[in-house]
Amino acid sequence: MTGPLLAVRGVTLQYKTKDHLVTATYRVDFEVFRSDRFILLGPSGCGKSTLLKAVGGYLAPVEGEIRLKGELVVRPGPDRMMVFQEFDQLLPWKTVRENVLFPLLASGKLSGRAAEEKATDAIAKVNLIKFAGSLPHTLSGGMKQRVAIARGLAMEPDILLMDEPFAALDALTRRKMQDELLQLWDDTRFTVLFVTHSIPEAIKIGSRILLLSPHPGQVKAELNSLPRDAAATDPEGLLALEKKIHAMLFADVVEEQEPHHD
Amino acid sequence: MIESPAARPEIFHLPVASSAFGVVLKPLSAWERIANVGAARKLAILVALALIWELYARWLDNPLLVPTFGATVHAFADAIESGELPQKAWTSLKVLLAGYTIGILCAAVLTIVAITTRVGTDLLELLTSMFNPLPAIALLPLALIWFGLGYGSIIFVIIHSVLWAVTLNTHSGFLSVSSTMRMVGRNYGLSGLRYVGSILIPAAFPSILTGLKIGWAFAWRTLIAAELVFGVSSGSGGLGWFIYENKNQLEIPAVFAGLFTVILIGLVVENVVFRTIETRTVRKWGMQH
Repeated sequence: MTGPLLAVRGVTLQYKTKDHLVTATYRVDFEVFRSDRFILLGPSGCGKSTLLKAVGGYLAPVEGEIRLKGELVVRPGPDRMMVFQEFDQLLPWKTVRENVLFPLLASGKLSGRAAEEKATDAIAKVNLIKFAGSLPHTLSGGMKQRVAIARGLAMEPDILLMDEPFAALDALTRRKMQDELLQLWDDTRFTVLFVTHSIPEAIKIGSRILLLSPHPGQVKAELNSLPRDAAATDPEGLLALEKKIHAMLFADVVEEQEPHHD
Repeated sequence: MIESPAARPEIFHLPVASSAFGVVLKPLSAWERIANVGAARKLAILVALALIWELYARWLDNPLLVPTFGATVHAFADAIESGELPQKAWTSLKVLLAGYTIGILCAAVLTIVAITTRVGTDLLELLTSMFNPLPAIALLPLALIWFGLGYGSIIFVIIHSVLWAVTLNTHSGFLSVSSTMRMVGRNYGLSGLRYVGSILIPAAFPSILTGLKIGWAFAWRTLIAAELVFGVSSGSGGLGWFIYENKNQLEIPAVFAGLFTVILIGLVVENVVFRTIETRTVRKWGMQH
């Protein structure tokens, strides 16, 4: 297949709070190709998480369409496994192994022995074999996120959707998790759509970065990230890209500070 | 003016080897370990309460008002030996379990309707706010007219006392399931009863368990109260009837023995049945500490 794996075309998203109808994104376009590490980057309020939820099928666009492999996305499904930021995404009544196993069985993707082997493989890939029988509440935050990633990868989804998965981790763990995610990608070259508000994280993890402006989210730019070893080989280029992205986000902050009457 | 602090040398240490510490891991003493067992602590409190009871009754010296703990235990043993008390308790328990089970099933249907439809939610909220404050016993006269003098009426009032407590807790438990966990369930492609069964019920289990406990206590109270009002068919009455009968015959120690049985069954169910469920589920899962 040569076309895009995921096509988001002219997507406007709105959601209702108690008193308001909020437009989260306005006519957003982007295309994700197979094995992309596609980043949605923007300040809070740019609708990047809402956009990811729409791709996940939790929210229908009021305008435009989202197609995965040519099929319209209408509801959540196991072909788009999500990894959330919150640690409570693991089911607390299931062990690590059961948590990874359950979606395989529940979605009918695999059964019996095949499912068990798949789950064990995935857990091994995130180095948690020793904890396969542990319950989630006994794990650290980083370990929980690794289980969530293992659970997503075991399903071999068309695209893995990650909603700021490392944002709630401490800085040291976060760096380690970023490296591990890249290693996993080297293994299987899965396609991932990754939401973050951290510029360094976007450059480090992403192969392509979609920059969104806030209130409501609109596409500001779609940039190529740097090669993975840029930090060592091209520190100046890295710095320049960071500055470039920062300037684009910063421009919004200035706009926001202007008085507005509404 | 603020002076910057004087330059200080940097400090480095090597960690001390763990063998150099006096105590790294030391088992607690036997006494400390016993004090850590909840059952042991509660047993001690029970013994103290029994002691206070015994002393007060002896000081009062009026067995018609308050028989001694010893006399109560004696009457209890006698009634057990004659087989009267176990039989009455069993009669009560049978009715109780029937009412409790039907009540829980009704609550399950009502909550599932409530979380799947908006009308269901409105219905549940309205019904619980209407009927939850209504004491089950107040419905007994009506129940007697509808179902006659027998188990039917008692089971009806027990269902009423269980249903609303369980429904209320289960529903609020469902509502408090985190949106992340809901999204995870839908991400797996689950829907309908499978979604309720494999995500919502276990996720809401702490609240459901609370509801079951409250429902159990309400059912017990309602049952005994109902039996006090009428003894089903007097020969085969339950514990309430046992208490009522003995009061009429001024067998006060036996009255206390009857109450004692009610308390005992309550203690066993709470501390054995529910406690076991709790340790094997919500505590093990780290959802409750």
